[in-house]
Amino acid sequence: MSRINSPAELESFRKEILSQRDPDKPCITLCSGSACLATGSGKVFAALEQEIEKQGITAEVSFRTTGCHGFCEQGPIVVIYPQGICYLKVQPEDIAEIISATIKEQKIVERLLYVDPNTGEKSSLEEDIPFYKHQQRLVLGANRKIDPKSLEDYLAVEGYQALAKTLFEMTPEQVVGEVKDAKLRGRGGAGFPSGVKWDFARNAPGDQKYVVVNCDEGDPGAYMDRSVMEGNPFAVLEGLMIGAYAIGANEGYVYVRQEYPLAVSNLAIAIEKAEKYGLLGKDILGSGFDFTVKVHRGAGAFICGEETSLLNSLEGKPGEPNARPPFPATKGLWGKPTNINNVETWANIPLVINKGADFFSAIGTENSKGTKIFSLVGKVNNTGLVEVPMGASLRDIIFKIGGGVPDGKQFKAVQTGGPSGGCLPENLLDTKVDFDELTKAGAMMGSGGMIVMDEDTCLVDIARYFLEFLSDESCGKCTPCREGIRQMLKILTNMTNGLGQEGDIELLQELAETTKGSSMCALGKTAPNPVLSTLKHFRHEYEAHINHQKCPALACKELIAFYIDPDKCKGCGACLRKCPADAITGEKKKIHVVDQGKCTRCKGCFEACPAAFDAVRILSGEPVPVAVPEEV
Amino acid sequence: MSEISLQVDGKQVTVEEGMTILQAARSVGVAIPTLCDHEKLAPYGACRLCTVEADAHGRTNLIAACQHPVEKDLVIRTRTEQLDRIRKVLLEQMLAHAPDSEQIVALAQIYGADPNRFEKDANFCILCGLCVRYCAEIKQKHAVGFFDRGAKREINFIPEIAVRECWDCKECFPLCPTSALQAAYVLTEALMSPPEPVAKGCGGCGG
Ligand SMILES: Cc1cc2nc3c(=O)[nH]c(=O)nc-3n(C[C@H](O)[C@H](O)[C@H](O)COP(=O)(O)O)c2cc1C
Ligand code: SF4
Repeated sequence: MSRINSPAELESFRKEILSQRDPDKPCITLCSGSACLATGSGKVFAALEQEIEKQGITAEVSFRTTGCHGFCEQGPIVVIYPQGICYLKVQPEDIAEIISATIKEQKIVERLLYVDPNTGEKSSLEEDIPFYKHQQRLVLGANRKIDPKSLEDYLAVEGYQALAKTLFEMTPEQVVGEVKDAKLRGRGGAGFPSGVKWDFARNAPGDQKYVVVNCDEGDPGAYMDRSVMEGNPFAVLEGLMIGAYAIGANEGYVYVRQEYPLAVSNLAIAIEKAEKYGLLGKDILGSGFDFTVKVHRGAGAFICGEETSLLNSLEGKPGEPNARPPFPATKGLWGKPTNINNVETWANIPLVINKGADFFSAIGTENSKGTKIFSLVGKVNNTGLVEVPMGASLRDIIFKIGGGVPDGKQFKAVQTGGPSGGCLPENLLDTKVDFDELTKAGAMMGSGGMIVMDEDTCLVDIARYFLEFLSDESCGKCTPCREGIRQMLKILTNMTNGLGQEGDIELLQELAETTKGSSMCALGKTAPNPVLSTLKHFRHEYEAHINHQKCPALACKELIAFYIDPDKCKGCGACLRKCPADAITGEKKKIHVVDQGKCTRCKGCFEACPAAFDAVRILSGEPVPVAVPEEV
Repeated sequence: MSEISLQVDGKQVTVEEGMTILQAARSVGVAIPTLCDHEKLAPYGACRLCTVEADAHGRTNLIAACQHPVEKDLVIRTRTEQLDRIRKVLLEQMLAHAPDSEQIVALAQIYGADPNRFEKDANFCILCGLCVRYCAEIKQKHAVGFFDRGAKREINFIPEIAVRECWDCKECFPLCPTSALQAAYVLTEALMSPPEPVAKGCGGCGG
């Protein structure tokens, strides 16, 4: 097949692809996102290829590598169609058995199935695994069906249907109208209505306009944009072209962070293939619409994700924000009207056009429509990418999908919204994921980071951690951001070291007001959030640190002491052998004692003491009793 | 260019489109404190002392007067309790770096800023960027620039350029509200100065 010159040719090509695919023929898929490649997906791939050949079934089975399935801690993941049998943590050694049992004899390899840690129940189908069962994967769903390097695969799942529809059946105004009616809001952080933004760029005077994909994704721990870009680059490109047509742009840029080589290479392949078929370039599908796209690799600074910094960086200038107004929609890249959206926002566009604004706006809440992908990490049983309809509760995400907190620990807080997001406590777990609800609760949607924390997490230390990140990542241009973060970080560091003083909380609030109120860009304006939200919901922890030099979570090293309870110690010596600092003295059958001066608080003794004795205690905010090494 | 009407501290102001709020305020004699502003340089927005309160489109926001263009029917307040608190903290943050800067000390008195609120920092520079911008925008030499980001941001002379350009210029020195600039230059000069010129004629070769 060469160039596709019309919607009719597109449809006949699609039919041809589908006709060559027998839906009943066994198909083995293997996920090959960055995370699974890191856990050995490449070797599994080689083993699969070899084994298919060795067992002589090349003709009876098809085989493809796909993008990320999102359940990355369980990867590499193999799914066998048409049944959808799902094997987790597959290693090369497992391949021979999978082929001889499942492909040849329709038998399930029990040991590779998902086992629910809470109930012990096994699931053989991907959609029965609780992690997936409660998700609605409108954007991520195609990741497991298609090979990101195959345009044919994308066409097989309705790819480019939305583009053909916009170019031939809709005016640019109608496209903008559809996106407005869908009430799609930007997924990159601020949640600005995408259709309204497109309209600004569309109405801005100028012949030359640009569209840009923001794939900078600097939030530590978040990787939804990477997975979408790696797993389904065609969808992002299709969305981008629809946006370009709507606002009147013929050139686009994809700004990808340097650390995402697979996203860059899959995107480059997608661009090359789309060009070959005439789905990029001049006179796309014979419509007269021209569009070209360039990929730019960003240097990986967090602030470069902010739109004006990103555009400066694209122009080869230092990646620092500009004041807005002027907004990029009127004066963006090289001073021309520019529309910039996040990866996930662009990937939603084909869906909005294909299914229509009514379908899209029926999902979600009053003011937040569609689904949102979260990167669920931290102290939660199932970590990974989670796509849920807006309006799902934090509780459902963490407990139903995430499977709750591991090791029988208590849930303490969930942090949403990236480094300048907020921490919400247990009593706000019924908060819905919705742009406005999360903000009201003191957190934010951000780009979809979600970190679960258990009882062992100190919230003062968490605030300190995020401020440290922001202190390194602020561009440093304006005083309230650079100096405000510096001073807040000093105070928090002092608190976690037991040097907190009366008045510190009030000073933090005063600094926060200044940084929030007078910083130039959203990094500074939101930087105090980690402090303000933890102060709002966990003020008692701050007070304990300041007034009693006590860390209630027993996490701040400078505020805790390890103490061996003389009534419980059996003199077994387990702790003494474990201590790397020679801080424990004791003899067999005699009570052991920790030398506080030598102790580095590594927690080794606490973990070494046999559970039956449970003699090591962690103390905070109280004097360590003097123990005598007498006989037990 | 069309004219735009707005209100600053209760005064009606009409100025040309494209002007900043700071310029509009000054045109009717309303003083807004600034440190990084300079009439010859493009607005920069680093010190944020010029933050004012603005009512527009039914919402109240804090904005930097030096960067924000005038808009029709804006209502601006240049002094409120909150703005005074913000300016006080900003000045205190700067005093931690430059406790002897005359300009900052004078403003500190107006806003009641305590010079000892925050621990003194070894670096005198408040990163207003006047030198960097003057050298780039007016002299077009780029002999001094910003390095690093966040809390580590600093200004430095680029020795290769400084050694060529600065000795006969030094026009940026009087712009600096602190004594940091001169110190940075002296340091660069010390690092860059060529070794003492060797006495004319070399005994060894007779040249
Ligand atoms: C400090 C900072 C970092 C940001 N990082 C990102 C990012 O990594 N990806 C992104 O899409 N948007 C990021 N944003 C938001 C962008 O400025 C911009 O709002 C977004 O790209 C617009 O796209 P949307 O409307 O589709 O959300 C960041 C904003 C700030 C202030
Ligand atoms: S708020 Fe922070 S990151 Fe934004 S421009 Fe100011 S210093 Fe730079």
